[in-house]
Amino acid sequence: MRWIWIDKITEFESGRRAKAIKNVSLAEDHLHDHFAGNPVMPNSLIVEGLAQTGGVLVGEYGGFAAGVVLAKLPRAEFYFPAVPGDTLHYTAEVEYIKNDGAMVNGTSYIGGRLQAEMEIIFAQIHDHGAATSLLKPESLAYTMKLLGVFDVDRIVDGRFVLADS
Amino acid sequence: MPTKDEIADKIKNSLMDALGVDDDEVVPEATLSGDLGAESIDFLDIVFRLEKAFDIKIPRGELFPENLLTDANFVADGKFTDSGMNELRERMPFADLEEFAENPEVSKFGDLFTVQMISNYIESKVDVED
Repeated sequence: MRWIWIDKITEFESGRRAKAIKNVSLAEDHLHDHFAGNPVMPNSLIVEGLAQTGGVLVGEYGGFAAGVVLAKLPRAEFYFPAVPGDTLHYTAEVEYIKNDGAMVNGTSYIGGRLQAEMEIIFAQIHDHGAATSLLKPESLAYTMKLLGVFDVDRIVDGRFVLADS
Repeated sequence: MPTKDEIADKIKNSLMDALGVDDDEVVPEATLSGDLGAESIDFLDIVFRLEKAFDIKIPRGELFPENLLTDANFVADGKFTDSGMNELRERMPFADLEEFAENPEVSKFGDLFTVQMISNYIESKVDVED
């Protein structure tokens, strides 16, 4: 299994904002244990999905020179559970990007209703050290390709479109 | 122009948001690490929230100086040297260094970073109403 908790990036504006979707499916093993007879997408994985959406934003802005690591979650609120069949619409908006860290505000919507919102802080690791293999920029670029991030673009009036739509 | 009380309130809110601490924990003498549980990434978070609350720019290393403890000119045998203390006075005029100077152990350095120190710093950066 790959540790990818978003299915597709649908909008991307460098240094400002990224949107992604995550479809929740009963084909995901963990939902059979969380919880038996009552499948609910774990909130921690919603945090991870939003952190991945924001992490791509932060990593791309810095030209993938630094490793981007989820460092802190100052605030996270969940308003109702995500269940199989739901599509979560994630938005990560940059609050700031600095040399040693970055913060994004994340929201999750299901069917137009705010499902969760949070602040996420990333550390930017310039000397990868022991974590080098985990933080290889090429790995992130490969994942981004899988997620279709290079297939989205911004049109002249500022709206975003899928490149093939 | 904010009053000292308004500044104190904004600092309190910034620290409550950044560190998840309660209102009554954020007292002037509270140390950020020892009493309020701040860890490394929290200092980045605190700086950002202060910048936003007061609409100021805080250059990296100005409020929370870096690279002091790794410089052999400034620290020897677990204590700040005279040159290290001069550097502290130069770079942290907003910190209460008098008591620290009597026994400047590196292990006590973190205790300089108090809520009061942040207040002093902010008051040096913004115009304060008397």
